[in-house]
Amino acid sequence: MMVSNLTKQRIHDYLKEGKRFDNRGLLDYRELEIETGISINAEGSARVRLGKTEIVAGVKLGVAEPYTDHEDEGTFITTLELVPTASPKFESGPPRIEAIEMARIVDRTIRESKYIDFKKLCIKKGEKVWSVMLDLFSMNDDGNLLDVACIAAVAALKDAKIPVFDEESGRVKFGEWTEQKLPLAKEIPLLFTFHKIGDSVIVDPVVEEEESSDARISLGLLDGKINALQKGNSESFELEGVYSIFEESEKKYKEMSKKVEENIDKAIKRAKGD
Amino acid sequence: MSKYTKRFDGRKLDEARKIKAAVGIIPNADGSAMFSFGDTIAIAAVYGPKVMHPQHAQNPEKGTLRVNYDMLTFSVTERKRPGPNRRSQEISKVTGWALEPVVMLEDFPNTVVDVHITIIQANASTRCAGINAAALALAHAGIPMRELVSSVSVGKLDKTIVVDVIKEEEDYEEGEGATDIAMSFTSNSGKLTHLQIDGKISAKELKEAVETGKNACREIYELQKKTLKGVGEK
Repeated sequence: MMVSNLTKQRIHDYLKEGKRFDNRGLLDYRELEIETGISINAEGSARVRLGKTEIVAGVKLGVAEPYTDHEDEGTFITTLELVPTASPKFESGPPRIEAIEMARIVDRTIRESKYIDFKKLCIKKGEKVWSVMLDLFSMNDDGNLLDVACIAAVAALKDAKIPVFDEESGRVKFGEWTEQKLPLAKEIPLLFTFHKIGDSVIVDPVVEEEESSDARISLGLLDGKINALQKGNSESFELEGVYSIFEESEKKYKEMSKKVEENIDKAIKRAKGD
Repeated sequence: MSKYTKRFDGRKLDEARKIKAAVGIIPNADGSAMFSFGDTIAIAAVYGPKVMHPQHAQNPEKGTLRVNYDMLTFSVTERKRPGPNRRSQEISKVTGWALEPVVMLEDFPNTVVDVHITIIQANASTRCAGINAAALALAHAGIPMRELVSSVSVGKLDKTIVVDVIKEEEDYEEGEGATDIAMSFTSNSGKLTHLQIDGKISAKELKEAVETGKNACREIYELQKKTLKGVGEK
């Protein structure tokens, strides 16, 4: 517990009047900053900051055997690590449940929204397919790592180029890239996490607000449709409240998806220019 | 019109599989239960409240509900590797969150209540069967609870909303494909304690799916109640 009960009480008092410490509206996001191509050996990479929260994402590609029940589809693995760099409350070692849950929600948002066309990642049916490995690392935790992780994931995937595959040896020539990008859908997937604090609902909490949160609902959307959802923490929701969150998530997607996408595209262009 | 009009196993759209429940199936446990949706069978064993070890994990404000969900290696078509994996760890966590709102843990500071859920046989909706079994086992153990929790999966196959999906329905690919929605409600106050979605669904359809699930949970609750009163089968 890093946040005192006094601070929590004050957060409740502020929210009752519809106010937040940093003057944002309850459903406002902080300022977004995106950089891509931050690591030369990755197929794609990105650094995304939302306020003071920062996630670094990297995509590596490999060639693997497909799963027996999806013989003509590429594979996809997402990991997320809450490294001690980001916060005094994180410890080194294998991912714990908090990190596992976040990775799985980002994974489902990308997979279920069909953002990646896995059929196009098939090299030889039943034998060889591209395997996309998406790794996310927290660099600084000031709340809302999950939503930021999804933006970073999308930015790194958009940034990724497919490496050269040598058919003779059946191996990837790492460090040599084609001009080919990953087969991605036109619209991007985004995650929106709504937190219930007392009777208020907010998005994009800073760490003090996040620690005061009674329960949360994270929704992954693409093109205005909900593809993944997870309710977290041990407090229940009234149904009416949940339904308005469903609707609000559609609005938020409409409001933010173009903006985030433009930001990513600009970052990729900028990185090329350097 | 939706492409999915007839269910693979001939059930009505809002009909769950045959549900069965029993309590007291593990003699050693403080409370235990079995709950099944057709071929999906979950058992839950509750031990506690007991003093939490290690001591630094004790919470002086309230007791801890510790859930451990796992599938037996032979419960699925392709053998599951023994031991916890990322999926089972997440389901354990989510199951705990589904149950905690009704368990009066504040009465048992510094203790832990262990809930062990084992899937004996799986044909989709295992987490829901697990939650139903766990709620029963907690009540059977005599742990004070405000109310029960009932859980069900709802599917959207193309545009059709169905209750209690089976594996074939989870893999449905025609039209809009399959959306899998797992949810849990408190039995009296009707609050939502758990919700997870995979697939593609609009806010409006999702609302309809949640209402459908809420209705289905009433029937599950009736069976849970009946089981606790000592009678078994539906």
